[in-house]
Amino acid sequence: MPALTEREQLSVVIEVGGLAVRVNTTDPGFLSLLQDRYAGYVGGSDRASDQAEVEFDVELVQPGFGDPEADVSVKHRLGRWSLERGDFLAEWDPATRRGWIRQSSNPYSIDAVLRIVHTLLLANRGGLLLHSASAVRNGKAFLFAGVSGAGKTTIARLAPPDATLLTDEISYVRRQGNAYVAFGTPFTGEMAKLGENISAPVATLYLLAQGSENRIDTVAPGEAARSLLANVLFFAEDEELVQSVFHSVFEFVNRVPVSRLTFVPDARVWELIG
Amino acid sequence: MSRLYVARNPRAAARSLDGEMMIMSGRDSTLFTLNRTATILWQSADGTTPLDEIVTRKICPEFEVETEVALRDAENLARELASHEIMQLSETPIETSTKRSPLAGDAR
Repeated sequence: MPALTEREQLSVVIEVGGLAVRVNTTDPGFLSLLQDRYAGYVGGSDRASDQAEVEFDVELVQPGFGDPEADVSVKHRLGRWSLERGDFLAEWDPATRRGWIRQSSNPYSIDAVLRIVHTLLLANRGGLLLHSASAVRNGKAFLFAGVSGAGKTTIARLAPPDATLLTDEISYVRRQGNAYVAFGTPFTGEMAKLGENISAPVATLYLLAQGSENRIDTVAPGEAARSLLANVLFFAEDEELVQSVFHSVFEFVNRVPVSRLTFVPDARVWELIG
Repeated sequence: MSRLYVARNPRAAARSLDGEMMIMSGRDSTLFTLNRTATILWQSADGTTPLDEIVTRKICPEFEVETEVALRDAENLARELASHEIMQLSETPIETSTKRSPLAGDAR
């Protein structure tokens, strides 16, 4: 293997939900960081650029670049997406599928960029990124949605051995025909454990509530839609895409049963699932 | 007294689910769930039917309410919806785009 030169371009393809994002860097250390961070989601770097939905060139800057707690801004200007948070700047031209990211060498900034990019990619495809844990059991995917503290991590931790965790934090849902399929994601929450890179048709979405007993209750369609809208991950200030996401939520609610899952934090709750 | 005309803002996304009309502002993603009166107003807001006609023909027959009271309430409601940019309000008929939003007024 030839020695890397300073200008040599290194690439990694990170594929989530069947949508590939190619990341180019000249820094071997950053490449290694990405390969470790997205293990299980990394495809061959020899994959052609035109097979990626987006290709980013990463420009690494010194640490302390900015504040990762700052608000995210996602805007569409002059045909280009502009993504910005305290710790990164990124641009992406959907027409050419090329873009760039400016950040320091850390996994958190690019993880945020990838989450945002996937919300945009999914918005035009009827898919959603949801604040929910998800797992596959008996060949079916179950989603557990809720705001922070609702119990997403708890329900994920309580999953029995025959359940495969897709994520403890951000569920990835795509429409396929009249059904929805959930995919594993590398987007982690408190468990900091990557989901398995598998997919399964979504059987039920549960709205989580912690209580004194394990119980499943039906949810009226309107409440289901409102709850789902509250749990959609979406950042873009773009009227057209907001409409698409709104539409997608209603399509989802029309096709996937939504119930409320009240549970006490012990493993018996999984007796109700699957 | 001049008449008021109301029209759905095509930039707002609207869906009806199980009888509940929900509208999302395209401006700031605020979600509104409309009550029965507001739903009738939204569905009738074609830009060419005056508000008083909507009230007398569509709202009053649904509710036991005096026309004057219903008209005042409807006008307040229309102004509130307009303030959130989900409805347009004018003293002249409003030309609505023939290219309808794929979501606006979609009542399933």
